[in-house]
Amino acid sequence: MADLTELGVAAIRDGVANGDFSAVEVAEAFNANVAAAGELNAFIVATPDAALDAAKATDAKRAKGEALGKMGGVPIGMKDLFATRGVQTSAASHILEGFTPEYESTVSQKLWDAGAGMLGKLNLDQFAMGSSNETSHFGNVVNPWKRNDGSDAALAPGGSSGGSSAAVAARLCPAATGTDTGGSIRQPAAFTGITGIKPTYGRCSRWGIVAFASSLDQAGPMARDVRDCTIMLEAMAGFDAKDSTSLELPVPDWEAGLSADMKGKRVGIPREYRMDGMDADVAKSWDDGIAWLKDAGAEIVEINLPHTKYALPAYYIIAPAEASSNLARYDGVRYGLRDLPEGAGLQDMYAATRAAGFGAEVKRRILIGTYVLSAGFYDAYYTQAQKVRTLISHDFKNAFNECDVILAPTCPSAAFALGEKTNDPLSMYLNDVFAVPASLAGLPAMSVPAGLNREGLPLGLQLIGKAFDEQGVLNAGLALEQAAGFSGKLEKWW
Amino acid sequence: MSEYRIQGATGEWEVVIGLEVHAQIKTNAKLFSGAATEFGAEPNTQVSLIDAAMPGMLPVPNEECIRQAVRTGMAINAQINKYSRFDRKNYFYADLPQGYQISQLYHPIVGPGAIEVILDDKDPEGSTKTIGVERIHVEQDAGKLMHDQHPTMSYVDLNRCGVALMEIVSDPDMRSPAEAGAYVRKLRSILRYVGSCDGNMEEGSMRADVNVSVRKPGEPFGTRTETKNVNSVRFVMQTIEHEANRQVDVIESGGAIVQETRLFDPNTGTTRSMRSKEDAHDYRYFPDPDLLPVELDDGFLESCRNSLPELPDAKRHRYETNLGLSAYNAGVLTAEVETARWFEHLLNHTAAKQGKKESEVAKQAANWLISELFGALNKVGTDLAASPVSPEGAAGLLALIGNGTISGSIAKQVLEMMIETGDSAADIVEREGLKQESDTGAIEAKIAEVLAANEDKVAEYRGGKDKLFGFFVGQTMKAMQGKANPQVVNELLKKLLG
Repeated sequence: MADLTELGVAAIRDGVANGDFSAVEVAEAFNANVAAAGELNAFIVATPDAALDAAKATDAKRAKGEALGKMGGVPIGMKDLFATRGVQTSAASHILEGFTPEYESTVSQKLWDAGAGMLGKLNLDQFAMGSSNETSHFGNVVNPWKRNDGSDAALAPGGSSGGSSAAVAARLCPAATGTDTGGSIRQPAAFTGITGIKPTYGRCSRWGIVAFASSLDQAGPMARDVRDCTIMLEAMAGFDAKDSTSLELPVPDWEAGLSADMKGKRVGIPREYRMDGMDADVAKSWDDGIAWLKDAGAEIVEINLPHTKYALPAYYIIAPAEASSNLARYDGVRYGLRDLPEGAGLQDMYAATRAAGFGAEVKRRILIGTYVLSAGFYDAYYTQAQKVRTLISHDFKNAFNECDVILAPTCPSAAFALGEKTNDPLSMYLNDVFAVPASLAGLPAMSVPAGLNREGLPLGLQLIGKAFDEQGVLNAGLALEQAAGFSGKLEKWW
Repeated sequence: MSEYRIQGATGEWEVVIGLEVHAQIKTNAKLFSGAATEFGAEPNTQVSLIDAAMPGMLPVPNEECIRQAVRTGMAINAQINKYSRFDRKNYFYADLPQGYQISQLYHPIVGPGAIEVILDDKDPEGSTKTIGVERIHVEQDAGKLMHDQHPTMSYVDLNRCGVALMEIVSDPDMRSPAEAGAYVRKLRSILRYVGSCDGNMEEGSMRADVNVSVRKPGEPFGTRTETKNVNSVRFVMQTIEHEANRQVDVIESGGAIVQETRLFDPNTGTTRSMRSKEDAHDYRYFPDPDLLPVELDDGFLESCRNSLPELPDAKRHRYETNLGLSAYNAGVLTAEVETARWFEHLLNHTAAKQGKKESEVAKQAANWLISELFGALNKVGTDLAASPVSPEGAAGLLALIGNGTISGSIAKQVLEMMIETGDSAADIVEREGLKQESDTGAIEAKIAEVLAANEDKVAEYRGGKDKLFGFFVGQTMKAMQGKANPQVVNELLKKLLG
């Protein structure tokens, strides 16, 4: 039998449904890949039995002639930010190490209900704060891609969904969940040559996802291609009364609507994203993308997003502000780590627990967030940042009068080496410069592999759509994908 | 009412008071979770995953809490804000699992309104004063720390955590402990009429933060202190009295008032410092990103308005003008919603039983309720809420008085027996043979006996000592064992003595 781990979501779903192979065979194949990929450190916890149990249930359903779900027989990786009943949910932090929830996040439950099974909990940047997966308490993830210069340097898989991106790229799972606050799905997808979409804010319930920045956090799928992402997003999305910010809209049949025909579509190219000193390969891949969409029938229009340069500073005020408050609940009182020094009082316990339980990047953001919300600074920082956020939304609204979807690079560069930016938070933050505006505006945005750079590393192109127009984003993504012909083949070294 | 002044060594001082009343919204579920809110449950048995702030949990507003806050605002003629928003108030404490309280700082649901208070209960026709209400906002309560369960550790009970509160913030309009007391009582009355809070201060459903400052009359406001969580009207008044005198003493001995948070000690009736402004938290308020703004449409507001009952001021006015009750009686009957409800049932049954209009029996019913029933219930240590006599049963008693079957004094005995046995007035009168005698023949016979036995007094009366008339009435009633119709006795006596 062919290697089942070479198959994606749609192929597995259809193969299981047709009886070409069983769901259990699929689960066993991926379980074996997970077990053999310790060097990548993509998983914090592997759950082979959970994958097998779900697969058996799917096979049993098929034997009885029952309909299988959208994700029937597809084993997936679950970012360890989603609460999973009975399985450690750590957010890659020490403070939640050993925390095992008695509840299941809405999104993961929907995936299990659709027939998916869980291969394990995927590594990430601690509390989803980071762009390289180096802030995890459980060690960094290694990108399965290597440069072609023979240097063998270990590369970052991107972040925060770095375990998800590495696992999908390395065929440890056909798809994985991600979450995106300021690029955490799109940037790692770009760094590892896979596809990932952050839907419109509110499409996927946040209930049961460890919060980083509530007004920005959004779950989405990461998979090998556009169709796989489409199928999985359909399973993940939908209104949830338990999340007040959830969108009360039906989930369209995006898969049925998939079309690479761009005739009559206008693709916007934002002038402000073409920055001085832009990486030549990134610029070239952007030009390729423009040409491909033109070939697919689209009209290309130049657009302006004048407040782009303020997006990153505004993001690094709003996200830490919300995080500083969201992370206050990790205090050692009710669950998770408690450090209670001899003779300590309540304040000492807070200090000791939080000093030991949070990593450096998380502390940095809590400090920034606390500072910008403080009396006397609130208006200068938080209020200003919110105004910028509104202006950025207006930029997009105006731009979408002239175009249907926006094309831009996902990141300013290909994957960087582990350790390269660890001591330079600002250059790390700059990685998200193209990703953050869509997050601030709550718009659907996707990264699709566009080819390799001169070092042999994948580059991603980003599509940003109108609110609720995931279909437009997915279709443009499909057009790019078909034109790019990116295979995602990499040499297995682990 | 005379002005309340503190006599200091340097002259008179005026007290300025503002109150922040926290009223627990009467609902079955908490503000942002489905957990129950029953008082007195075992610790940590009314805690949802949201209340315990488990990772990834999200608040969902309870619409009933919003509705009750809006109705309360309407009841004090306040501005209802169609757009309001929840903010986070950030601070660390073990009884606050989220590390922040969800409250409304920037955009409260209810804006300015007012409450009219009568300054002296005993003198309802005396002066009234309008106390401004700056705002009402909705927020979460915190849990409770228990320090007496373990020698070295504190325990946490999260049952109250997330319970919905209305914070009702007054303007600094009060000038005496009595005014503050009247304001709290009136506010409590309105909340109970509206049904948005049970007003039970002992159970903590209503408590006040008391802001007090002093100044020489006519001068600008002084620095204020805030005494937290005072949980009875009497304690609110004691807090003000103590705090105002303390402040005058401090200032007059050359000191200055520090803006600080204080605690009231009910055992000593004094306040002490809890934390000063320097130690005050920086709460880092910001809009809660887990929650959308609260936007109220006209239909919702309309249904809130339509659901409001007749409120105490309107009711009191109606009792005076339509029912012809005295201002005092109207005030007593409308102060508590339960009393008014009881009275209106009584009125309804009384009018029906006697075949009269409500306005014709209102005075009788009101007088009887206030001067007879309250006293009788009090005597057996109970109150109207637990009264063994129902409004319908009481109407039966009033009907017997109205049609002359029994006298007022016999009615007192009957009422006592009703309370004791739960039997109806008619049954008791029948069983005990308490029917009033109106048969002139029987009464005349007794009067003849009385006059015969007191010939000297009859002579004195006829000689002009009119005052003795009452003596003959008393003797006749005694001889009739109280069962004679007093009107008939009067008439016959006049005839036979005349």
